[in-house]
Amino acid sequence: MTAWINVMRAIVGREFLRFVHQRERFLSALVRPLVWLLIFAAGFRAALGISIIPPYQTYITYETYIVPGLCAMILLFNGMQSSLSLVYDREMGSMRLLLTSPLPRWWLLFCRLIGSSAISVLQVYTFLAIAALFDITMPLMGYVAALPSLFLGGIMLGALGLVLSSFVRQLENFAGVMNFVIFPMFFLSSALYPLWRMAESSELLHDICALNPFTHVVELIRFSLYLQINPIALLWVLGTSLVFCLAAVWGYDPARAMMKRKG
Amino acid sequence: MTAGSNSGLSVSDLKFNYGQKQALKGVSFDLPKGQFCALLGPNGAGKSTLVSLLTRLLVAPGGSIHVAGQDLRTTPYKALARLGVVFQQPTLDLDLTVRQNLAYFAALHGLPRRDVPKRITAALERLEMAERADEKVRALNGGHRRRTELARALLHNPEVLLLDEPTVGLDAAARANITAHVHDLADQGLCVLWTTHLTDEVRDSDHLLVLHQGEILTEGTCGAIRGDQDLSDWFLTQTRAPS
Repeated sequence: MTAWINVMRAIVGREFLRFVHQRERFLSALVRPLVWLLIFAAGFRAALGISIIPPYQTYITYETYIVPGLCAMILLFNGMQSSLSLVYDREMGSMRLLLTSPLPRWWLLFCRLIGSSAISVLQVYTFLAIAALFDITMPLMGYVAALPSLFLGGIMLGALGLVLSSFVRQLENFAGVMNFVIFPMFFLSSALYPLWRMAESSELLHDICALNPFTHVVELIRFSLYLQINPIALLWVLGTSLVFCLAAVWGYDPARAMMKRKG
Repeated sequence: MTAGSNSGLSVSDLKFNYGQKQALKGVSFDLPKGQFCALLGPNGAGKSTLVSLLTRLLVAPGGSIHVAGQDLRTTPYKALARLGVVFQQPTLDLDLTVRQNLAYFAALHGLPRRDVPKRITAALERLEMAERADEKVRALNGGHRRRTELARALLHNPEVLLLDEPTVGLDAAARANITAHVHDLADQGLCVLWTTHLTDEVRDSDHLLVLHQGEILTEGTCGAIRGDQDLSDWFLTQTRAPS
């Protein structure tokens, strides 16, 4: 058991070291949601009025509304970034080192997932701290209560990244995949607009948004920031995380055809 | 397949296909401990596929692999724990120091934490790399990076050492140094499988396996196989001929 914990410590530690060495990655991960929050939200504040919907008990500003969505956006981008670095590791060879460890592959992948999720959460809190500087704040205890939701969201989106990295063979194919995953997931969700708004435009789009697991990550974070639990969102995120984790383990099974690479 | 105490690396009837293309067509060999075996094969012979199967990056549908008596299919983790690998592609983290790279590997292999500093020092001293322990890998030249990888592969005291074209990209001096060092390791009792397409890395006393078009073309002591011919000439003649 000690060996398993040592591996966890090493893989998570390596993820942190790698993150520290890539300061530009940290900055870009922060700039992206801040641009949305401070520029996009300011511009759209007038156009998109938000009525009182749970978990909010009063009228809120649009900036306040999109904060949970932007937290989830950080998790999403980081999950994809982590996936990209897995493909890079495989191209460069360092993935071989990980996969030839005499411990179960699912555990190695899980450790990697924990590491990347921990970094995502760290980035989210940095973002929330900067948002607070601009007077966009949540209840104080909400910041603590949101931690499990953020971590769970990070696991779900990181696992999605793992699944993608087991399918995508080459780095150059990755940009396309990211566009096909990130943008539909983000825009077809409740990150930027409440679902009832979407229903006014199209029932079909509303239904797609409601089925999008990313919507449930956003709602899980939103409710927990206000010290509430959204059970439907929680079940969706737990279930989807499980499915993505199983798919990732399947994708990385050495006997599976998709891992067969010549050379 | 017996799991004798002198058993190094045993491969039996190993087959592997990429779709319709047969990459390995029933490869078998048996290497005891203390033997340096050179696996010689031209590009495309199936060497990389064989290495991927031996390291369980791929799993073959047929045949078996035993590492120091442990079946890679039924007891993969025990088998991998007995195997040291130097991959053809560099697998060091350039932004970490030599020591950090080795410590990461030690953790991946589940070595007890309190033993790790001692083991790292010993492994680096053996490769004359101790004074570079705290340098970032990015600052090292190709030869030193390879030596670091070799030190790392020996950190968990494996019984079988697998090196996949380990001298690619190295200058003549670094190549000679690594080749000599690995021969010494075999003399000390390690079972070594060294894949290469460079005939000058093989000594007459080495065991030689020639892989061509997914099959073992010939096997034996290098000196006996090449006879009066230069190994390079012999190899070219053999691998040019249709099989």
